[in-house]
Amino acid sequence: MIEAVLALMGIGGVCGVVLSIASKVFYVYEDPRIAEVEGFLAGANCGGCGFAGCSAAAVAVVGGKAPVSVCVVAGAESAANVAKVMGVDPGSAMPLLSKNECRGGLRAENRFYYDGIKSCRALAAFYGGKRVCTIGCLGMGDCITACAFDAVHMGPKGFPEVDESRCVGCGACEKACPKGIIQVRSMAQRLLHFNQEVDALAPCAQTCPAEIDIPRYIRQIREGDYAGAVTTIRERNPLLLACGRVCPHPCEDKCRRGIEDEPVSINQLKRFVADYERTSGKRLPVACAPDTGKKVAVIGSGPAGLSCAFFLRRMGHAVTIFEMMPKLGGMIRYGIPEYRLPKEVLQWEIDGILNLGIDAKTNVRLGRDFTIDSLVAAGYDAVFLGIGAWKDYKLNVEGEDLGGCYTGIDFLTRFARHQQGDSADKPFVGRRCAVIGGGNTAIDCVRTLVRLGADKVAIVYRRTRKEMPANAVEIEAAEHEGVKFHFLAAPVKVIGNEEGKVTQLEYLTMKLGAPDASGRRRPEPVAGSETRLDIDMLVTAIGQGPDVDFTHEGRRIAELNVSRRSTIEADPETLQTNIPYVFSAGDAQTGASLVVEAIGGGRRAARAIHLFLSGRQVTPVPRSLRKKHIPESLFESVPGLQPSPRTPMPEMPVAERIRSFAETDLVITEPDAHRESCRCLDCCRVCYNKDVDAA
Amino acid sequence: MGDYIVLIISCIFVNNILLAQFLGNCPFLGTSKKMETAVGMAMAVIFVLVMAGAITWLVFTFLLVPLDLTYMRTIAFILVIAALVQFVEMFLKKSIPALYAGLGIFLPLITTNCAVLGACVVIIDKEYNFMQALVASFAYAAGFGLALVLFAGVRERILLARVPRPLQDTSIALVTAGILSLTFYAFRGMV
Repeated sequence: MIEAVLALMGIGGVCGVVLSIASKVFYVYEDPRIAEVEGFLAGANCGGCGFAGCSAAAVAVVGGKAPVSVCVVAGAESAANVAKVMGVDPGSAMPLLSKNECRGGLRAENRFYYDGIKSCRALAAFYGGKRVCTIGCLGMGDCITACAFDAVHMGPKGFPEVDESRCVGCGACEKACPKGIIQVRSMAQRLLHFNQEVDALAPCAQTCPAEIDIPRYIRQIREGDYAGAVTTIRERNPLLLACGRVCPHPCEDKCRRGIEDEPVSINQLKRFVADYERTSGKRLPVACAPDTGKKVAVIGSGPAGLSCAFFLRRMGHAVTIFEMMPKLGGMIRYGIPEYRLPKEVLQWEIDGILNLGIDAKTNVRLGRDFTIDSLVAAGYDAVFLGIGAWKDYKLNVEGEDLGGCYTGIDFLTRFARHQQGDSADKPFVGRRCAVIGGGNTAIDCVRTLVRLGADKVAIVYRRTRKEMPANAVEIEAAEHEGVKFHFLAAPVKVIGNEEGKVTQLEYLTMKLGAPDASGRRRPEPVAGSETRLDIDMLVTAIGQGPDVDFTHEGRRIAELNVSRRSTIEADPETLQTNIPYVFSAGDAQTGASLVVEAIGGGRRAARAIHLFLSGRQVTPVPRSLRKKHIPESLFESVPGLQPSPRTPMPEMPVAERIRSFAETDLVITEPDAHRESCRCLDCCRVCYNKDVDAA
Repeated sequence: MGDYIVLIISCIFVNNILLAQFLGNCPFLGTSKKMETAVGMAMAVIFVLVMAGAITWLVFTFLLVPLDLTYMRTIAFILVIAALVQFVEMFLKKSIPALYAGLGIFLPLITTNCAVLGACVVIIDKEYNFMQALVASFAYAAGFGLALVLFAGVRERILLARVPRPLQDTSIALVTAGILSLTFYAFRGMV
């Protein structure tokens, strides 16, 4: 007996000694963070994360092969602690959630039938799957069997749905899905995702410059989930009240219903839910990541700057906005007149963005009150230039500097400042006014002049109505309000009296010749056709570009590349300029363009700045779909469609609206919104609801 | 030489540790869902079993037999094998990181594996000499690997077949294992 015990102790002792010597001899330096990280993991060795136990997961985290939120059991607090150990931004430590982007695997037609296969993986091996759609859900439920947490279930329509309350974001479903349609993403990843060639996107969502998931929010409106719709829009566009009013909705041009019928009134639906949130009196919560301690300066508070600031703040960065004007909003405050976007509405929207914890400094101008050098010295880690396009182009004709002559943006800004009480000087308003130009700025000028009580207001444009870049509805509204249009008229001279005041505008009649580079037919003058128009006020609104005078101030900024059109040169995908910590988007980078384009640019720049601040490589979006369409998603015809009329835009009567600056376009009613949302075919790449009827 | 060939064939086929002696069924069912995992496991078992066979033979012959403690062999073997696996793990991590990366996650699984322990015990029972013990442990491990890889291949195919609901997953795997075991039964008369 004692012999046995001693022998066993002997063997044990030898083993122990050998092992302890071995642990010394074979000691391998291990990153001390591994042990630290492991301490924050649950220690359950459950394998839910997909690694062989907690130590393996900790090694993967430290090796950069797993996110800090790898542990599916310990939750967000553990992720934040691990993030602290790893020194990465907890932004990527936000809880992961699985989402099935495919909404109707069964709507895509079957390409072939095959008996005996019960798994998506096997099915996908045959020509990529049985559906016509190249990316869609196969509906066999590999993700359901893969989920260890019972969070994925087969939905009533034959494609899996994720129960978000149970999902822990382990990623097992994503690994099981052969089509990559079920994806596990954190909020940060979702907010900074840009359309890719492999995404499940409807034509409208491909077209939207802000890349809003349009079918999703329309579906949420149809289901009465207005708060959900607002949140969906806000994942891409923080200025939904403004966009719902002023966006020329390029998405509607690509609406699949529009191929056979009138397109869905997407923008009115956006405005409906945006107004719904505002009138409900309660702001919906906007989730932000924990603070990262990084500081970003956003210069310019227009749509690009606000969008960039909004998304950076949601990533957890500290953002300060610098604005040269007394109030925030940029061109959407000073360039878009009150009757299109009431300032009260805009202020509510901007307040919501600032409430996330964004600082704003107004009345400070880049190059005068601060420079890029001073920002760097003040500890800002990155700078976003969203200075817009505020400099009116000159007409370059004789007499355009006479008294009573104004330029478009200058005029609108002066008036907007006066109207908001920013400045006391009341802009001059003539009795007979002419506005030169055919863009939205020109239309805004004439409609403002009508409301200011000018007797006669005319637009002078050198091409025809068809070539006018302004929105068709705006042109029509201006016409209703009594604006006279002089088409094919090219101003050649402005004539004044001895007091130096403008009295007449001389123009040449044109005829359309061969198409030019922009595809529009080039106007050619008709000899001897000089006509004179009696006026006492002239506004030239022939376009605008960025004011880049600030590049002369400061050492660093002098190196900034500026194009011939005086726009700031930046990589179109990352929006990073040649100065690595300076990013630019919006009109300043693209030249005068749409609000929604600037919002999309602001978010794109936020993605690049976020990458830059997290110490990662600022790379373009892989397989980016920017300004492109997926060819298979564009149809020639849409069979199985019952035409139904589009909900008309409710407007204030002309006689009433030309007397005030009250909002002209009104919001649609709830029943109309529901009806309009039912017109949406809920498209994806190739799927759409064929059996939809005017419900 | 002929003896060794007979020994190898008998250990791999006739007395296959998994399908004839039914040892080590947990990793057999656990790691056979994917071919990749199965191959990794097979390699790890071969590696460990050869070393365990050698060291347990030495412990038994030069320690337990002289001390007349042969009745303690099971507990002594467990101790020795566990320590050996730990030691090997440390050694690989330091000296052959590439091999560690391939086998690393399987090594802890083998620490108290009944196939390893069982093979060692059988080798002692059969009273082999050291050389025979080495060959036999390699052959047993190879037999384990063969059965595991065959089984993983079958299970990957089963994924593509229609299986009645009550028989899905582990049930059908056990039925398959039974049939596989019957096929190995055919080797019985060989040696």
